[in-house]
Amino acid sequence: MTTSKELTSPELAPIEVHGISRASFILRGAITVGAAYGATAVGPYVGNALAASGSGDIDILNFALTLEYLETNFYKHKAKTVGLSGEAKSLAALIAGHEQQHVDALVKAIQAAGGTPIKKPTFVFPVTDQASFLKLAYTLENVGVGAYNGAGPSLQNPAYLAAAGSIVQVEARHAAAIGLLTNQSVTPNGGFDKPLSKAQVLKAAKPLIKA
Amino acid sequence: MNSSMSSEVDRPEGGAIEQLARDDVERKKFLKMAGKSMGAGVAATGLATFIAACGGSSKSSSSSAGGASTQSGTTSSGSGGDLAIVNYALTLEYLEAQFYDKVVASHLFHGAVLSTLKTFREEEHQHVTALHKVAMSLGTPAAKPTGNFPLKSAAAVATLAATVENLGAAAYLGQAGNIKSKEILAAALAIHTVEARHAATLNTVLKMSPTPDGAFAKPKSMSEVLAAVKPFIA
Repeated sequence: MTTSKELTSPELAPIEVHGISRASFILRGAITVGAAYGATAVGPYVGNALAASGSGDIDILNFALTLEYLETNFYKHKAKTVGLSGEAKSLAALIAGHEQQHVDALVKAIQAAGGTPIKKPTFVFPVTDQASFLKLAYTLENVGVGAYNGAGPSLQNPAYLAAAGSIVQVEARHAAAIGLLTNQSVTPNGGFDKPLSKAQVLKAAKPLIKA
Repeated sequence: MNSSMSSEVDRPEGGAIEQLARDDVERKKFLKMAGKSMGAGVAATGLATFIAACGGSSKSSSSSAGGASTQSGTTSSGSGGDLAIVNYALTLEYLEAQFYDKVVASHLFHGAVLSTLKTFREEEHQHVTALHKVAMSLGTPAAKPTGNFPLKSAAAVATLAATVENLGAAAYLGQAGNIKSKEILAAALAIHTVEARHAATLNTVLKMSPTPDGAFAKPKSMSEVLAAVKPFIA
């Protein structure tokens, strides 16, 4: 779990992202430990309009948006840099389209709720070829499933839960498709895709988000 | 499974399901009545507890337990609805588990595909065990239905498997918003994505898209799902 020491130390710097608003930067100083999906590491991503609306929901949507930005960037741009071929190429293209739609939907939802969507971060993906690309893809999709499953029950607005469910099902399908392609388990968690905590998700995502 | 519950739930699931598929009024009556089995003070099993209990354990629930199947005058807000949803999911999982049992026993598949189907079989049985436990904690679990699945050829069976799994995923998605208990919701979400994985795998094996609905999976209603599974109940 995130500790208060982590929250105030320079180690937090890697999770700062471009486009962070000044108000969010100030808010970051007031982050307290303990809230599962409230004001911990997601705090920096949250805009001024929080107080007015269901701030918990907006935090969660912005958290999801961060992951979707990450995936979109990965499948759209990193895929081209690495140079994929065959089924990997077509699957990455299919997934990229989906992730972009997820980004668009989340941005709209946050705005409609009176919140401020986080600015698109910049990312760094330590992969150099198709094999390493697909290996990371497998990790990202499986983390995505855990992230949505973890956050889902915290959502207050039923419309967001419906959206999250609709999206996470697709992420799970992505994970299985990549597993098949790479001869890895399509159900790495067995019968139950366990929910992941914010801390667990950030542990995987943090190294990929450039300061 | 004897209880003071209305006989509709005790009736073989085929009868109840047939009725539900036909008639939306009946469905509403079913949900209301299934909810009445919730006794006062019975709490939903925590997600961690039942996953821990079900992960790898082949112990079946004590048949003498019988659940807290009292006819309650009041339905706790939402929990009666949760039992109905859990029983709905349990019924579907019973069918899926039986289906995979038959598929594996059919000797139609070999090698890697067979191995995958065996894994899916195991996972559906885990779902049955978990949901049965949750249902027991809320009231009377649904009776085990008798499935009726054609097993003509590997291609036909694989196609049927894909149909069933895609339907299962849509069924869970359709109910997510109706579940009152956060713990049961977490459990449903944990199962929902596994069904999605199964569906995507079978779709891919059949050279179909892993994501037939595109970027956003579509939910299916209870009546739609029950109508679709009706042909597979003996």
